[in-house]
Amino acid sequence: MKSRNDLLNTEMPESPASRATFHRKILILFAHPSVERSEAGQPLAQAAARTEGITLVDLYAEYPTFIIDVDREQDRLLAHDVVVFLHPLYWYSTPAILKEWQDLVLEHDFAYGSKGTALHGKIFFSAITAGGTETAYCDKGYNHFSIRQLLHPLEQMAMLCGMVYLPPFALFGARTALEEGRIDAHVADWVQVLRALRDNRLDIEAARELPKLNFKLNSILREG
Amino acid sequence: MEGFLFQAFVYLCAAVIAVPIAKRLGLGSVLGYLIAGILIGPVIGLVGSETRELQHFAEFGVVMMLFLVGLELEPRMLWEMRARLLGLGGLQVGITTTLIGIAASLLGVQWSIALAIGLIFSLSSTAIVLQTLNEKGLTKTEGGRASFSVLLFQDIAVIPMLALIPLLALPELAGSGLVESAHDAAALGGEPNAQHGTSLVEGLPGWGYALVVLGAVAFVVLGGHFLCRPMFRYIAGSRLREIFTASALLLVIGIALLMTLVDLSPALGTFLAGVVLANSEFRHELESDIEPFKGLLLGLFFITVGAGIDFGVLFADFGKVLGLTLGVMALKGIVLFALARLFRLAPGDDWLFTLGLAQAGEFGFVLLSFSIQNSVVPPDLSKILALVVALSMMLTPAFFIIYEKLILPRRGGGDEKQADAIDEKGTVVIAGIGRYGQIVNRLLVASDVSTVVLDHEAAMIETLRKIGIKSYFGDATRPDLLHAAGIESAKLFVIAIDDRERAVQLVEHVRRHYPQVKILARAFDVNHLYLLKQAGVDFAVRETFDAALGLGAEALKALGHHPFRVEKMTQAFRLHDEEGLEQMYELWDENPDFSRNRALLARAREHGASLKEAMTSDRLQLHDRTERGWTPPPKGYNNELREEDPAGL
Ligand SMILES: Cc1cc2nc3c(=O)[nH]c(=O)nc-3n(C[C@H](O)[C@H](O)[C@H](O)COP(=O)(O)O)c2cc1C
Repeated sequence: MKSRNDLLNTEMPESPASRATFHRKILILFAHPSVERSEAGQPLAQAAARTEGITLVDLYAEYPTFIIDVDREQDRLLAHDVVVFLHPLYWYSTPAILKEWQDLVLEHDFAYGSKGTALHGKIFFSAITAGGTETAYCDKGYNHFSIRQLLHPLEQMAMLCGMVYLPPFALFGARTALEEGRIDAHVADWVQVLRALRDNRLDIEAARELPKLNFKLNSILREG
Repeated sequence: MEGFLFQAFVYLCAAVIAVPIAKRLGLGSVLGYLIAGILIGPVIGLVGSETRELQHFAEFGVVMMLFLVGLELEPRMLWEMRARLLGLGGLQVGITTTLIGIAASLLGVQWSIALAIGLIFSLSSTAIVLQTLNEKGLTKTEGGRASFSVLLFQDIAVIPMLALIPLLALPELAGSGLVESAHDAAALGGEPNAQHGTSLVEGLPGWGYALVVLGAVAFVVLGGHFLCRPMFRYIAGSRLREIFTASALLLVIGIALLMTLVDLSPALGTFLAGVVLANSEFRHELESDIEPFKGLLLGLFFITVGAGIDFGVLFADFGKVLGLTLGVMALKGIVLFALARLFRLAPGDDWLFTLGLAQAGEFGFVLLSFSIQNSVVPPDLSKILALVVALSMMLTPAFFIIYEKLILPRRGGGDEKQADAIDEKGTVVIAGIGRYGQIVNRLLVASDVSTVVLDHEAAMIETLRKIGIKSYFGDATRPDLLHAAGIESAKLFVIAIDDRERAVQLVEHVRRHYPQVKILARAFDVNHLYLLKQAGVDFAVRETFDAALGLGAEALKALGHHPFRVEKMTQAFRLHDEEGLEQMYELWDENPDFSRNRALLARAREHGASLKEAMTSDRLQLHDRTERGWTPPPKGYNNELREEDPAGL
């Protein structure tokens, strides 16, 4: 029986008819190994699940034993125009299952290589929550590198697969965001960005250069 | 004999026709019984005076009902509701008696009669209210619980009332007491000073009586705790279903008898016994054994109430009776509503409480007959009073309908949330707690899931209880036991019994009657798995598959294979096997009874022959699978990448 994560309780609007009307179809691969304790990532996932035209996949729920169905995942990639990794930042990278997902799904001759053109032209970015503060993520801070620098492996992954890379949509200081009342505003921005991408109201070229996707939202969002 | 058969036929016939119709129309079963009674009594006249006799007998249903209520109520819960029980119940009885008494004297009745009337009408109908609350699933609501507290208090209060009434006797009525009602009180309330019936405590001094009463209660509590369980265990060991039922009946009747012997309320006694046994492993079995008797007796009781309505008096004094009835109910209702406010019942619950308890009840009949017999109330007046009691009972189902149609829909969202929270916990009923079921249960309980465990092996249950696993004795394949275990409200049903056929039957039964419950089952082998699937199981696993696969994996490792590669092999093997199972199921169309069928044998032979082939192809397929993941790019792939310009987008 397929396990389902009740904490997310996602009603995915998977009917192709409802999505056909949108400019871009968005696939969010959500990876959080202890979602029941999550304060930042879970509301983001739930908000995405409630947004029309978006497919949210809870990887830990679908593959609790890490046995990833490569064919299914590749089909999903083919069926969408935007791929998002939604996850907490763990050791400056993704939780393990997303790494496993990359290792298994992004096969030679599918994602890269002379015949590997399946992902060409799709948009990729990560949506992360990070425990560290924003100020710590610079060469003078204790993390020494900016978040864009630290995520270079993902950026290069996207490039090798011929995808358009956008900077991460990031929440810093995630462990205190709830107490400081920052979650709601962040979730609202998140939904705005997803809708704009879906409806082609996001200035891709302008967004590519930003330090993070939610840097100055007004400068990249167009009226719809 | 013929007369008896005819009567039984008439009563059953009326019930079988009227109750389902009433239920369909949303009127509830109680109203159905009452109407059935009116039809066969006053309207068609098929039954006559014997209904009074029958009514006393049927009142025993109330005693059984209180036993069942007790079974649902653990001692801890009873202790927690003590404030409600005494406060809410005490105030309700006290204030209502006073107000109705005053109203009666204002209408010109002598004070002693007025007081008796107050007592009679202060009581509500345990039978109707609990039955209806149960039927409508309102028992667990705040309003339901508060109603129950009041009803329980009333049932206990009947005893001192019966002691008080003879003191109110009117000299001018003395001697004209109706013999007919002499033993009315015996059925329910005990019978202090009654002319016949045996009493062990007659002539005892006050302190002696107190000692006897304490002794009897202690006997019920301690006996229930220490004697009943070994006895039931012993009887369960005999595996005779009807003897278990007989002993359950024996228990209830025995306690009722003991209580009447010492002038205590049998309802109270059996209630106590129920509470004592609520924690025992036999709870669900007792419930399902007593339930049908209670249901039938109560049904009979309601019919007799309907049949006993004296239409002659009713039509002669229709305005008076109706006015009095509505007056009494209004007065009771006001008191109830005020108390609901005082005890801070939530909006909605206060109305359930008020509308539910505004009637007079069966104990009112008892007190009334007792009053006549003790020359407290004159017979003419008593006929009218009896009609008021009956009419108010008849109106109660209508009040519940008002509650459901008008009040419930307007209730706020607060309650919905509560319901959700309970829902989320969702009980799991586990059938069979042998080696297999135990592991399932341990995992669930460790994850904070509440489970109800059933097994027909009394010895097994006993050991499990010793190590702190809550489990109940009973054959899980019996529908009534499943019902008692709460299958309707369960989220999951786990079948781990070691009887193949019965497991399949269980799936069929639960699938048909409780389609909302998910069923998970243990399968013995592939054939059993298919049978379960055919019966509609949601998820089934072959009991040996995982264990054998685990051992196989260890074997590979012992042969020197890399552990992670072995892991990949077993995963691939499992997937391949599951796919095979799916495909085979599509071909499998045989009924288990045709296991001697030639076609099936031929197919089995064919299957055996194809097995070897499958084994070789297995290797290839598994190879594909295990080699799929982490495939390194081809040796020369760097050259390709250099030629390309993927970032040129
Ligand atoms: C194993 C682990 C590694 C982590 N590594 C980092 C890290 O490298 N940088 C960082 O800023 N926060 C790190 N954190 C903090 C998480 O990013 C933070 O707990 C998470 O974003 C909070 O989101 P949540 O409420 O959805 O769980 C780490 C947390 C864990 C559990």
